[in-house]
Amino acid sequence: MRRIIVVGNGMVGYRFCEKLRSSAARSEFEIIVYGEEPRPAYDRVHLSDYFRGITADNLLMAPRSWYEENNIELHTGELVIEIDRNQKIIHTHNGRTDRYDVLVLATGSAAFVPSMEGTERHGVFVYRTIEDLHHIEAYSKKVSRGAVMGGGLLGLEAAKALVDLGLETHVVEFAPRLMPRQVDDAGADILKMKLQQLGLHIHTGKNTQAIEGNGKLEGLIFSDGSRLAVDMLVISAGIRPRDELARACGLRVAARGGVVVDDYMRTDDASIFAIGECASHNNMVYGLVAPGYEMAEVVVRQLNGDMSRSFRGFDMSTKLKLIGIDVASFGDPFAETPGSVPIAFRDTRKGIYKRINISEDGKHLIGGILVGDASAYNLLHQMVINRMPLPENPETLIGIGGAPEKKGSGIGDLPDTAQICSCENVTKADIVGQVTEHGATKIEDIKKATRACTGCAGCAPLVNDLIKLTLESLGHTVKKSLCEHFDYTRQELYDIVRVTGARTFDDLLDSHGKGDGCEICKPAVASILASAWNEPVPEHATIQDTNDRFLANIQRGGTYSVVPRIPGGEITPAKLIAIGRIAKKYNLYTKITGGQRIDMFGARVDQLPDIWEELIAEGFESGHAYGKALRTIKSCVGSTWCRYGVQDSVSFAIFIENRYKGLRAPHKIKGAVSGCIRECAEAQSKDFGIIATEKGWNLYVCGNGGARPQHARLLVADVDTETCIKLIDRFLMYYIRTADPLTRTATWLNKMEGGLDYLRDVIVNDSLGLGETLEKEMQELIDNYECEWKRVVESPHLRAQYRHFVNSEETDDTLQFVEMRGQKCPVDWDKNT
Amino acid sequence: METIKPIQSESAAATTWFRAARVSDFPPNGGACVRYRNLQIAVFNFTRRNEWYACQNQCPHKMQMVLSRGLIGSQEGEPKVACPFHKKTFSLRSGQCLNAEEDRIAVFPVKVEDGFVYIGVPE
Ligand code: SRM
Ligand SMILES: Cc1cc2nc3c(=O)[nH]c(=O)nc-3n(C[C@H](O)[C@H](O)[C@H](O)COP(=O)(O)OP(=O)(O)OC[C@H]3O[C@@H](n4cnc5c(N)ncnc54)[C@H](O)[C@@H]3O)c2cc1C
Ligand code: SF4
Ligand code: FES
Repeated sequence: MRRIIVVGNGMVGYRFCEKLRSSAARSEFEIIVYGEEPRPAYDRVHLSDYFRGITADNLLMAPRSWYEENNIELHTGELVIEIDRNQKIIHTHNGRTDRYDVLVLATGSAAFVPSMEGTERHGVFVYRTIEDLHHIEAYSKKVSRGAVMGGGLLGLEAAKALVDLGLETHVVEFAPRLMPRQVDDAGADILKMKLQQLGLHIHTGKNTQAIEGNGKLEGLIFSDGSRLAVDMLVISAGIRPRDELARACGLRVAARGGVVVDDYMRTDDASIFAIGECASHNNMVYGLVAPGYEMAEVVVRQLNGDMSRSFRGFDMSTKLKLIGIDVASFGDPFAETPGSVPIAFRDTRKGIYKRINISEDGKHLIGGILVGDASAYNLLHQMVINRMPLPENPETLIGIGGAPEKKGSGIGDLPDTAQICSCENVTKADIVGQVTEHGATKIEDIKKATRACTGCAGCAPLVNDLIKLTLESLGHTVKKSLCEHFDYTRQELYDIVRVTGARTFDDLLDSHGKGDGCEICKPAVASILASAWNEPVPEHATIQDTNDRFLANIQRGGTYSVVPRIPGGEITPAKLIAIGRIAKKYNLYTKITGGQRIDMFGARVDQLPDIWEELIAEGFESGHAYGKALRTIKSCVGSTWCRYGVQDSVSFAIFIENRYKGLRAPHKIKGAVSGCIRECAEAQSKDFGIIATEKGWNLYVCGNGGARPQHARLLVADVDTETCIKLIDRFLMYYIRTADPLTRTATWLNKMEGGLDYLRDVIVNDSLGLGETLEKEMQELIDNYECEWKRVVESPHLRAQYRHFVNSEETDDTLQFVEMRGQKCPVDWDKNT
Repeated sequence: METIKPIQSESAAATTWFRAARVSDFPPNGGACVRYRNLQIAVFNFTRRNEWYACQNQCPHKMQMVLSRGLIGSQEGEPKVACPFHKKTFSLRSGQCLNAEEDRIAVFPVKVEDGFVYIGVPE
């Protein structure tokens, strides 16, 4: 058996091992891997997800056990410091020596730190490893202003991270524009404007001369004499291939760095290969993962005796991820190809710039730039790499002179060899074949079979379109059906319910479904029935998700929480005392929620009706904290008390909350009313938000917090109270009618063709003539409101369902609590599970 | 409370029929929990299929005593229950987890006589 030593356990080194172990020659080699970092290879491309709560473990390409299972000897935290090419031995910093037959250098690259005064100061970081991120995160907690040196792809990604860490964030770029290698001046202008809207401070054409400070960093000094006071700095000024080992053992390295390799990734020592970011091919170092994977493939094939595949350079098209602004650049973005002709489209108001470059003969697309809207990227990129013929009026591709081509069209024309997923090198034929030969119908099937979409996932929309197109060509009608029991979308089912008058799940299943239902369609139909008729939820208890079944949120351990409605967050002292008394009596943990009300946790299921009976006697109603329903309308104190308030926001919030309480919807809905532009009620983060103006109210819609926060958008300005209510009626009813299950208003809007303009047309301009119907339907729902907890408390047959055991009056004796700060709290999940 | 060891789904292992509660104690197309000695057993009145099922009340995922509160339904004809916590689903016939790699749950035979529900439990 031959010994292969891989130096570097990064993304490419890992991929090499994986490919070799799944190749025909898998058992002809021993594989030994040395990695400098403390943990096995992880997904550096998604490094920034760490700031979104993804743990280091989740980023791993494979757990340590994978290496054992695949018989790969992995040494982490061990740096290779010397290669002895004569004896074919390596030395590590721990003093270990090891013998190889084949050596693969996959040492990647390091962040490039320009030589200038002060880079050693505290508060100066690079952005490359998980450890870097740990340090950045820790330091950011102590400071308030940060800068990123470098306005390229990675720099902007790092800047976004600083924003997410809550810092005032500056980007300093040496070139006169951002992303100088990907976009042109016009595109960079728009990009800059959009980033400024996100709150970033952009400084272009700034040459940093020194990093000021005394021990720790205090600011930057530029060559024009100006200064910028910041507390921390992330340097993202490019990458430097890690070629130090190769250099020291006499292998040839390129003038601009990188181990020189030929088309087969061979260095000038026949036993040594170099792959990934440490390799220099044709004087080019590739700072992307896909070319590295291709290099790994080339070497694995050679080791299998197959010389048919060589490395021939790689397309450097890229799309900026993360920052929330679409930027893409593909092919030859700057039209450097002689004779080529650019066509550009620019809308500074909307912040959109699109440019395509056409070949001299007018037949092909050779590249382009998209800023503000990169939805056409996948298709345009495919047109370039596959040299597809251009349509007669190529400008329609970027929406000039006629409707842009319909989404999804065009992929049908791609050649079978078109590479759809560049990370995993999956072609159109591979995907189509999965559908036609192996019965794939979902993106999950394709992921499993081909690994497409498992890398950067940028190809997911294309893959989805391809699946759909192929299925259609096979004569399947492609529908978004709810689940195996209903071949309809939620919107269709809603219409069916309204038209047929179906009042129960079984009615609907008999007439339009099959089988027995499941945990997906039952709650969805429950929500439709409630939205269509405002039927009392407790009467449909067994098709509700647990929270709606017991009208309370289930907690760890299986107890429930109790949240009475406190409209607008206003509460009398007497009611506060009542809550205190009841919580104390039943030994409930209490907490002020983020929704301006009080949550009481830790009630046993059998206690719920008793607790509610007491709350109702004190004048409370259900707060629907458990339902896909209206939650809270937050308010600020407004003109009643606040010196700035221009309208009575509290009264309006209470009115609105009472108007829509109990309303069921595809997902929960939240609102807020602020008394002036200072926006203390955070109305712009709600499904609908109202902000008082001198003249009336501004109505914002489709915002939310949660995992993917999105600001609400202005629907109308300065409307009077009556109009404002009418428009909210229409808006909510239209959402209830047309959204998919579990889709918040923000996502619903994002998916809506025509976007906000279309929504405004329907709601404000009544373009569909639906206005009156929507208002009428809403009025029916409002008239049908009842407090469902009152119904339960007063109905013995419903109350009877709140027992732990049906054959015993005993209560659940498995519940366990511990004490915390003077209140109870459930024990943690069983550690063994 | 001791945890239940999975048993064979077929009634072979059942030796005692224990009278659990009245038919009317169980909501149509839903479940309720029954106490047997110091075990908690989830019993489902699957009205739509005109069938009854019983299984351990504890979900093997996070050891929560809640399966009786889960939604029931079918997957390609196989009757199942979904745990309310994280929606792991289990076959009510075999106890097998259908959408994840959780341990199998214990299932028990059920019969209805004279308006009462009986559960077959191991001796
Ligand atoms: C109690 C509370 C946290 C707190 O201690 O403050 C809370 C607690 C829960 N939230 Fe929340 N959320 C609470 C305010 C919020 C807020 C802040 C707000 O409303 O201003 C948000 C962000 C705003 C938003 O919704 O846009 C929020 C975003 C979420 C989300 C993410 C929604 C999204 O669209 O991404 C979930 C998950 C979901 O609904 O699917 C969630 C789900 C949950 C659940 C229901 C999870 C669950 O199923 O067990 C939590 C249990 C509540 C319970 O047992 O009573 N909670 N949750 C807050 C109750 C507010 C209230 O009075 O009703
Ligand atoms: C924040 C960020 C975002 C990115 N986003 C994208 C993106 O969207 N798309 C994209 O295509 N690419 C992206 N990249 C680039 C991508 O991560 C790299 O192209 C890829 O990781 C290169 O893989 P590699 O294995 O060659 O190098 P690396 O992943 O850097 O791995 C090399 C490993 O070798 C180790 N090593 C070095 N020398 C030695 C030695 N002497 N002994 C032992 N071990 C050694 C290093 O410590 C390192 O762990 C991003 C990179 C970063 C930092
Ligand atoms: S953020 Fe909301 S859902 Fe998450 S733990 Fe806190 S309360 Fe629960
Ligand atoms: S506890 Fe049942 S699925 Fe998690």
